Amino acid sequence: MTAPPLLEVTGIEVSFSVGSPLAARLRGQQHLLRAVDGIDLTVQRGEALALVGESGSGKSTFARALVGIERAKRGEIKLDGKVLPARRSSADQRRIQMVFQDPYSSLNPRLTVGGTLRELLRVHHVVPRGEVDSHAKELLRLVGLDEGAAQAYPRQFSGGQRQRVAIARAIALRPELLVADEPVSALDVSVQATILNLLQDLRADLGLTLLLISHNLAVVRHLCDRVAVMYLGRIIEVAPTEALFRGPRHPYTAGLLAAIPRMTAEDEDEPPAVQGDPPSPLRLPTGCRFRTRCPLAQQVCAEQDPALTASPDDPGHSAACHFAWAAQTASTTEAV
Amino acid sequence: MSTPAGGLQLAVSDLRVEISSNRGVVRAVDGVSLQVAPGEAVGLVGESGSGKSMTLKSILGVLPSEAKITAGQVVLDGTDLTRLSHSRLNKIRGRRIAMIFQEPMSALNPVMRVGNQIAEGPRVHLGMSRAQSVQRALDLMRRVGIPDPERRFRAYPHEFSGGMRQRVMIAIALSCDPELILCDEPTTALDVTIQDQILRLLAHLCRESGTSLIFVTHDLPVVAQICHQVAVMYAGQIVEHGTVAEVFRSPLHPYTLGLLRSAPDVDNPGQSLVPIPGAPPSLIAPPSGCRFHPRCKFAEEDCKVTDPPLRILAAGRATACLHYERCLDEMGAEA
Repeated sequence: MTAPPLLEVTGIEVSFSVGSPLAARLRGQQHLLRAVDGIDLTVQRGEALALVGESGSGKSTFARALVGIERAKRGEIKLDGKVLPARRSSADQRRIQMVFQDPYSSLNPRLTVGGTLRELLRVHHVVPRGEVDSHAKELLRLVGLDEGAAQAYPRQFSGGQRQRVAIARAIALRPELLVADEPVSALDVSVQATILNLLQDLRADLGLTLLLISHNLAVVRHLCDRVAVMYLGRIIEVAPTEALFRGPRHPYTAGLLAAIPRMTAEDEDEPPAVQGDPPSPLRLPTGCRFRTRCPLAQQVCAEQDPALTASPDDPGHSAACHFAWAAQTASTTEAV
Repeated sequence: MSTPAGGLQLAVSDLRVEISSNRGVVRAVDGVSLQVAPGEAVGLVGESGSGKSMTLKSILGVLPSEAKITAGQVVLDGTDLTRLSHSRLNKIRGRRIAMIFQEPMSALNPVMRVGNQIAEGPRVHLGMSRAQSVQRALDLMRRVGIPDPERRFRAYPHEFSGGMRQRVMIAIALSCDPELILCDEPTTALDVTIQDQILRLLAHLCRESGTSLIFVTHDLPVVAQICHQVAVMYAGQIVEHGTVAEVFRSPLHPYTLGLLRSAPDVDNPGQSLVPIPGAPPSLIAPPSGCRFHPRCKFAEEDCKVTDPPLRILAAGRATACLHYERCLDEMGAEA
C-alpha cells in the first residue's frame, strides 16, 4: 500500500488526576490515572476498525482524544499524514466526527432535527446557503428517515430513530473518520440491526472509515475488518477480525472470546473464562498488566512488561504477551 | 417442604398490571400465565416495555407505586400472593422467594456493612443468633467467591467492584435457602468476563441447591446459557413459550424469529441482519387483534381482528401466532 494511512496514532497518553495530588504524595500513591497509556494505532482509509475492551480499559477515552474532546498528554495524531495540533481548526474538527452511545443525551432537545442539521451545515459552510434546507433533507433520507422528521424534536423519536439523527448529524460534516462509541448498546435488539445495517451501508455508499468502540463482540465481528483489544489503557492485541476470532494470541483476548454467551448451551461446570476483577488502574501490577488474572503467568510476566509484537508469520497480527508467538518461533527455529 | 400436586412450585395465571399515566392507562402486563417447576430456570425475554420486569415485580409485590395488579393470581403452594397482607408477604420475601436486581449499587444499603446485609435475612427469617448468622454470612461469601470474607465482611458496598457487589446480592438472595430466585437483568450492567463468572456461579448454585429461577433479560444468548424454558414477551403478553433449545432453533412466532434474526450471532459472522420493521406499539391503545400484526410480514386479515390466545402445541411448545406454520416454512426454506 503506497497511500499513507488515514489515521496514524503514536504514543497517545491521556491521564486524569484523581483526588488531591498533595494527599496522594503524602500517602505515596499515584494520583494520575493513566486511562490511555501509550497507544499506537493506524487505520487505513475505508477500513472499519473495532476497539474492544471492558469498562475502564480506556477505549472511550481514546476515542474522545481522537475527536479532540479529551486532550492527550503525550503522543501525536496524524490524519492523512499531517499532525493534528492540540487546538484544532474547525476544518480539522470536521474531519473526525463521533456518534455517542446515548442518543437521548447527545442531541439538543430544544432544536428540531432539521434545525440541528441546518445549524451545522451553515456554521461549517458545508453547502452554499441556498442548499442548506435541501441538503438537510437529503441527510435524513440517507439515514432512512422521511422528510417530515426535519420538523420534529428529538423527544418525538424512538431510540433507534434518534440514533439515526445522531448519525445524520455526524455525517453532515462529511468526516473522513467516523468514531462510533457503543452506537447500539442503548437500543433494543430489534432496532440494533437497523443501525448496524445503516452503518454498513454508509461505509459502502460514502466510503466512510469507521472506528467502532464496542464491548459487544458479536457486533464487532459482524461489522469490522480489524479488531484492537484494550486492557487497562493499552492495546494488547490487534489483528484482522477473523484471525482474532479464530486464533487469539493473548490470553486476555482468548478469555474475552470464551466469556461471550453463546446461543448453543455450554458446559456450566467449566470454570469462568477469566477469573477475578481487573486491578485498579491506580495500582497497576508490575510487568504485564494482565498477569494477576492470567492462567499462563510466569516469573517473567511480573518482571517484564511485554511489548506489542507482530507475529513472525503475519505482520498484521500483533499481541503483547511474552508467550504469544512462542510456539511459532519455536517451530520456525526448528524448521531452520 | 411440601410442593403442591403436579410438582408445581409457582403459578402465575392471567396476570394483569396497569400503570396510570397522565396520557391514560398503560396495560403493561396483559394476561400473562407462567409456571415454574422446582429446580427449573425460566427465561423471560423481550424488549424494553414488553412487561417482563413488571411481571417479575408483581410476583413479590414490589411494583412501583403508580402500577397495580388489576387481575390474576400468583400462587405459591396454594396461596395467592397478590392477596396477602404486607406483613405476610414480608415473611415470603427473601425467605422463600428472593430477588436479584440489575443495579446492585441501588439495591444494597450503602451505609450498612455488606456482611451484616447478608446476615440480616437469616436472623430475621430463620431466627438465627447473631453469631450463627455471621458464620452463615461468611460461608455464603465464600460460596459466591468473594475472596477474604473475614476482611470483606466489614466493607461497605462502595468498596466493592460491580461484579463483587452482584456476588453480595447473590449471597443475600441465597441466605435463607429460597425456593425461587427472581433475577431482573442481573448481568446487564457487568462486563462480559464478569457476566460469565456470575452466570456460571448462579447456574452452579441453583443446580446444587435445587433453587428455581425466573430470569428476565433482553439478551437471548444469556438465556441460552442459563435457562431451560423461555417465554417471549411482546407488548405485555407472552407470545411464545417452550424449551430454550427448541424455541431458539425453530421459533414458532414471527416476533421470536425477528429477534433471532436482528441480533448478530458471534458464531455466525456472515449472517445478514434483518431488523423488525416499525416500533413496539403504545400500550395505552394497543393494535386490534394480534399486537404484532402491524410489524409482521406474515400478517393476514384475520390477524387484525382476532386476538390470538397462547395455544399449546405438541410437547410443551406454545405460540400466540395464528399462522405459526409460516415460521417453519421460512426456516425450512432457509435451511
